[in-house]
Amino acid sequence: MEVLAYLIPISLFLGGVGLVAFVYTVRSNQYDDPEGDARRILNDEWDDKPKP
Amino acid sequence: MTAQLTSGTAACPGCIASPAEPARPIPEDVQIALSLPGIHCSACIATVERELNAHPGVEDARVNLTLKRAMIKAAPELRAADLISVLERVGYEAHELDPGALSATQSDKAGRDLLMRLAVAGFASMNVMLLSVSVWAGATDATRDMFHWISAAIALPAIGFAAQPFFSNAWSALRVRRLNMDVPIVLAILLALVTSLWETALSGKHAYFDAALTLTFFLLAGRYLDYRTRAAARSAAEELTALEVPRAIRLLDGAEEEVAVAMLNVGDLILVRPGGRMPVDGEIVSGQSELDRSLLTGETLPVFAEAGVTVSAGEVNLTGPLTIRATAVGEDTSLHRMADLVAVAESGRSRYTSLADKAAKLYAPGVHILSALSFLGWYIYSGDVRTALNIAAAVLIITCPCALGLAVPAVTTAASGRLFRKGMLIKHATALERLAEVDTVVFDKTGTLTSGTPELTNLGDHSRADLEIALALAEASSHPLSVALTQAAREAGIKPATLDDITEVPGFGTEGTYRGQRVRLGRAAWTGAEEGDQTAAWLSVEGQAPEAFLFSDSLRTGAAEAVQAFRDAGKEVILISGDTQGSVQALADKLGIQNWIAQALPQDKAKHVEALRDQGHHVLMVGDGLNDTAALAAAHVSISPASALDAARVASDIVLLGNDLSPISDACDTAVKATKRIRENFRIATVYNIIAVPLAVAGLATPLIAALAMSTSSITVSLNALRVR
Repeated sequence: MEVLAYLIPISLFLGGVGLVAFVYTVRSNQYDDPEGDARRILNDEWDDKPKP
Repeated sequence: MTAQLTSGTAACPGCIASPAEPARPIPEDVQIALSLPGIHCSACIATVERELNAHPGVEDARVNLTLKRAMIKAAPELRAADLISVLERVGYEAHELDPGALSATQSDKAGRDLLMRLAVAGFASMNVMLLSVSVWAGATDATRDMFHWISAAIALPAIGFAAQPFFSNAWSALRVRRLNMDVPIVLAILLALVTSLWETALSGKHAYFDAALTLTFFLLAGRYLDYRTRAAARSAAEELTALEVPRAIRLLDGAEEEVAVAMLNVGDLILVRPGGRMPVDGEIVSGQSELDRSLLTGETLPVFAEAGVTVSAGEVNLTGPLTIRATAVGEDTSLHRMADLVAVAESGRSRYTSLADKAAKLYAPGVHILSALSFLGWYIYSGDVRTALNIAAAVLIITCPCALGLAVPAVTTAASGRLFRKGMLIKHATALERLAEVDTVVFDKTGTLTSGTPELTNLGDHSRADLEIALALAEASSHPLSVALTQAAREAGIKPATLDDITEVPGFGTEGTYRGQRVRLGRAAWTGAEEGDQTAAWLSVEGQAPEAFLFSDSLRTGAAEAVQAFRDAGKEVILISGDTQGSVQALADKLGIQNWIAQALPQDKAKHVEALRDQGHHVLMVGDGLNDTAALAAAHVSISPASALDAARVASDIVLLGNDLSPISDACDTAVKATKRIRENFRIATVYNIIAVPLAVAGLATPLIAALAMSTSSITVSLNALRVR
């Protein structure tokens, strides 16, 4: 059962990472145009690197 | 229509940006917002952005496909009109939007707030569920207690943040001594937390931290869906408003200045150019023209206007510039008196109780009584407060309206999404439920069943020589009848005759000389003809009797299909118009509508709708004009096209975005289907309660059973809702 001492903090940390990542996406307006973003991925321009 | 409205705004982009920034020491970049109704794919995004970014002065252009909008950061001297012409050259329709009217949707604080709470509840419930699964799998003693304590440490702050909307809603309901759906929710969450903490402190077996969190998560998901649907409708409705930037040209000591309509005073002299709309009630001081009153009265025949004639706000000036003296502004105009009629009629709508409210009314007291009774019963039976409280909490958690909270929003979201793709905007939360009950459909004529643009009907009756003269005269004018005549004649392959001295006489028509003879095209009296009751332009050639070019209002696309579909579905279709007997009858015959009323005043329309309502009919009103607003508000549910006046759109529940009328009957089908799904969802939720509640009351429910039942019912309900699509 000693393994719990590692596992529980790890699981809490990973959950926290997920939450922080989500908060970041909301703050940076990544849900403003879901339809457009879905189409932009198929765009021929700027395929190798993001738009400057 | 839209082009006509935007032409006024495009003239002065600087004026639109300036009120927000009164003093600009350094010229900053300005924001330009364009509405792009035609974009739909990744190629469209790429083309529009490439074209805009290539234009000199544009700093950055970004297309939002979801909102069908482009936001452009540009140098201050850049005009929106330039960008619109750039886009039109590559084949995209574009309209300027008023960035001020749009600002509300850009910083969508409430939606972001809900999304954040949803995320916190989701991540916390995942973690707690992980720990709970270990407890269910057989963790005992100190391990179980530790898991429970960790769960508590996650759940308490997470619920404190995520469930705030429920707390505040429940509190505001309780403060006025009412019960709403949020009261049992809050009670369940709080009771679950309190008993679980108590149990944990006494190293008990059952803790409901996971249930409290999943409950919050599912309910927030329902709230968020509900919010998203309404926010999408609101932003599109705002966009329609942003298209009309209300401005007028005031004459001050002979100089023209553009001012906001709200700034006009009684006695001001206002210049209304051809194609412009009267901003206020007033009297014509100078100028001659024709007025299109169809939005106010439904009459299609243009009315002659000269000095001394009174005009009302909302009428459209057709041919010559008019100077009017304002006699009533703002709230005193006839436009606003119509709005007052709407306010009176509005009570009809608020009488409707939504299915969700009906369910809540039955549900909230029932749950409280049940849980209180099980507490009392177990307390008397066992004499142990802890057991009794545990069971009462289990009853509240199990009956908690997880599925009920999702039942309505999940279906409305799916149905509204489907209708939005077909070009309909659901503005009101209960509009779909009300649309499903409709058994009588009342149509307005001008601008609703007809497109409001005239169409020449008797081209074949005229000789080629006459047509050539008429075409030459018509091409010199931008009057709607002339435009229609030009179009019809050009399509028939007619070449214009060569005329000399063509002049347009505002309010009368066009005249010229053809081989030394004076020729005129215009109003009956001016050309020496008798006035008929049909829309007509007369051609007179000196020495010959005048000839009539007759026009009828062209049918809107999909109007015939919509009327036919309603009649096939067994609904009664009625046509009520303010137009003359003849033209209403002609249209009714064309569409096969037996029941029609002509020359109806605005009050008559509303009264007729109310009479139908009192007979027990559920009326769907479809109309666009000011004369329809009272009827739109009085009807059970109402639809207006996007070309309608602002007041009519505000009064209606659903706005038709495209020009096609045929989606209306589809919308009724979708609404019926959606309501059926909502009822099904309620039934699913009830069935699950019938199975789970006896277990809870008997004290057999464990946190595992609660979690299973809650998740399955919520997921079943959401999946069932998706069947609407």
